[in-house]
Amino acid sequence: MDERGGSTPLGLTKWYELFSRGARDWLRHDEKVRDSVREHLPQIVAGADVINDGAKTVRVPVRMLEHYHFRLRRPDDQQGAGQGKAKPGDVLQGPTRQRGAGEKGPGGQESGEVQLLLELKIDDIVDWLWEEMQLPNLKARVGPSEDTDWVREGWDRRGARSRLDRRRSFKQLVKRRGNPHATPSFTDEDLRFRQLARRRQPAVHAVVFFMLDVSGSMSDRDRKLAKSFFFWVVQGLRREYRSMETVFVAHTTEAWEFTEPEFFQVSGTGGTVASTGFLKVREIISERYNPNRCNLYLFYASDGDNSVGDGHAAREALRSVAEDACYTGYVEVSSGLSRQLATETGRLYAELAAAGYPAGSYALNDYDDVWGAVRHFFTAESKALENSP
Amino acid sequence: MSEDWKAYVRRIEDLAARSGLQFHPVDFEAVPDSFMMEIAVYGLPVRMPHWSFGVRYIYQLIQRHMGNSRLFEVVFPGNPGHAYLAESNGLAENILVTAHVLGHADFSRNNLLFRRCQEQVSEHIVEHAANHARQIQQAIDTYGRHRVELVLDAALALEQHIDVDQPLRRPKYPEYLPEPKPLVDDEFRKRFAALEPSAPFTAGEVRKRAPVPPHPERDLLWFIATYAPEMESWERDIFLAVREESFYFYPVFATQIMNEGWASYWHARLLREADFIPQQAYLDAIKCHSDVVRPIAADQQIALTINPYHLGFSLWEKIIEAEGLEAARKIMELDDDFGFVRNHLTRELADELGLFRYSARSDGQIKVLEHDLPALQESLLHQKYNFGAPSVAAKHIRVDGTLELVHDHVTDGRGLDPERSRKVLEYVHRVWRRPVVLTTVDGQGSGLELRTP
Repeated sequence: MDERGGSTPLGLTKWYELFSRGARDWLRHDEKVRDSVREHLPQIVAGADVINDGAKTVRVPVRMLEHYHFRLRRPDDQQGAGQGKAKPGDVLQGPTRQRGAGEKGPGGQESGEVQLLLELKIDDIVDWLWEEMQLPNLKARVGPSEDTDWVREGWDRRGARSRLDRRRSFKQLVKRRGNPHATPSFTDEDLRFRQLARRRQPAVHAVVFFMLDVSGSMSDRDRKLAKSFFFWVVQGLRREYRSMETVFVAHTTEAWEFTEPEFFQVSGTGGTVASTGFLKVREIISERYNPNRCNLYLFYASDGDNSVGDGHAAREALRSVAEDACYTGYVEVSSGLSRQLATETGRLYAELAAAGYPAGSYALNDYDDVWGAVRHFFTAESKALENSP
Repeated sequence: MSEDWKAYVRRIEDLAARSGLQFHPVDFEAVPDSFMMEIAVYGLPVRMPHWSFGVRYIYQLIQRHMGNSRLFEVVFPGNPGHAYLAESNGLAENILVTAHVLGHADFSRNNLLFRRCQEQVSEHIVEHAANHARQIQQAIDTYGRHRVELVLDAALALEQHIDVDQPLRRPKYPEYLPEPKPLVDDEFRKRFAALEPSAPFTAGEVRKRAPVPPHPERDLLWFIATYAPEMESWERDIFLAVREESFYFYPVFATQIMNEGWASYWHARLLREADFIPQQAYLDAIKCHSDVVRPIAADQQIALTINPYHLGFSLWEKIIEAEGLEAARKIMELDDDFGFVRNHLTRELADELGLFRYSARSDGQIKVLEHDLPALQESLLHQKYNFGAPSVAAKHIRVDGTLELVHDHVTDGRGLDPERSRKVLEYVHRVWRRPVVLTTVDGQGSGLELRTP
């Protein structure tokens, strides 16, 4: 075939103008990135700044995937050949970083590397991460036994115009057009409507208290760590349990109840008197909730430095809450140093658990571990539940 | 785009033939920039799908976006050869590129390394690669994208690990050890046998099975495709397809300096001799030429990488000036980059071009080293040894099917990057389906064994 003579006739496009293989493999790469992001989601999203502004998405910077080959270890001194006006001994570039810092594995970030910014929906993340998690010790309580709700279920050829599923309908059209004699435009046969069905769901009434120590000893980082733990717990629980109520309490030497948005913005100064928080919770329970009719939970986050004089009062107040609660959890946030719960408040919870109350503690030191904390409270217990008859 | 350049193709071809270039006919085709870019990414106009090409594609897009890279042509050797020219080229650029392509066509037809690889792969690599792509698409349809991808992850990770000294279609190792030579039945033998009449000497009654591999095998793609205990035949086919393409890529890789230099020398020379080119186009083309063979970016004093076009071009100019065209053609036929640089990059030329050696410390300091010609040549070539890959060979298959790989750290001078190597072992493990171990050395030079779980 001699290409030289003739040019391409008008309207006859070459195959490579219709189809980009580069773009195809690029898409496949992005798909793989998404998959691997999904696998490492806990570490990735835990650090992301999600608490602000009720954002619906999280932006996660990710590196491009590397297709690995055998490579030699990077030597301390690399040799190369260059060209230009340079004499032996000339220093073309001074040291720019710490010696040895250049040595990085595949995780290292080399200059000129491209980062992708992946936008993930918080709903999706929670979907992926909360698959196996649930509230511990959930018990059926007297109360409205069932909820009913409309849920989307299946498609039909007839339906209200507002529930027309254009995507499905279009697929039908495409399918039908596989037949060469078919009508090329939409027919009524192609239309698909979303159907709704009434579903009965057993109601479990739960109230979850989130209590945060905002005293001066909690650094910004500690507070943020605690809040991101609470954030993911709230997101997850709210999806699992429709009739869940949440209560947000923060304390220093006093305690206040907050709305959810306020709670995630709150900061404070001053000393730490944990008993005020527990008493506040106690007070709210007595005012609003009947422990026999709903499941009560308390999750408390603090650095554990309760004021010395408050030991007894805090113990009493915590016990009185624990009497009625299905579970009380304690997250100790401590910057860097892993103190392993050897604090005032840590001991309080250890005593509580030793006394046979459903209680648990977790030392949270790093953003990477936020999901570890979530998992600690919401999986281990549910497995125990399954095992019990 | 303008089609004017096509009028010049025949005349440039005639001029090239008169100047002594010998080439197979070349099909010229002007294609959109997007397609040019894909050819650069895949190395072939139609090639198997794999996500790693997607990564390169993104980088290439960014490069182009930043205006750093411009592709004028890509040429595939063969009979006929295929040359793709960017539609965005102007007339002058296309004239230059046509001459350049003919230089490549001459090179790939006459250079021994190219010839030998083309004898193996045939002169139709473009068609073969398209065929592989189709086969792999069929495999995807049959076995699913995920399974095919696992095989390609492994095969493409090992794409440099071939042995071009062996034939493309390579027989299995002999199954038995060679039989010992029949003993000469001489006087001594008779007296020796008389010493121990109860044990008559019998030679070679039981043939011994040869070990697999009989020697460390560096053609990993072939070895795995041939001896993997549980690979399916379609998986073996994918390995062999990747291997065939690597056989094609090897001479392109190992003669880059020579080949680009040769083509640049000829486009410059043909341009000078082509009196039929309009004055303006000639000037534009000369400017384009000097951009291509420019050693150092316009706004810089110093370059830390060597432009192979420039180096090759300068070497060929010197050789032809000193020894004449006949001698140069001989060198072009026989050498690859290793011989070319070692034999012809002299102290004087290195100084004239301002080539220097530098060391880059891990803290970012870059320092020029003292003049030393052999070391300079080494710096130019060290990335090209062994197809640019560390020397890893298959050493042994254990009774339980474990594959033992060994890295020749003495040759390479240091050990393997353990993180990346472990990932490659994981890829290989998925097709070998038994454990894979690799021995190399760590940063201190003591032995290090990497293994798949």
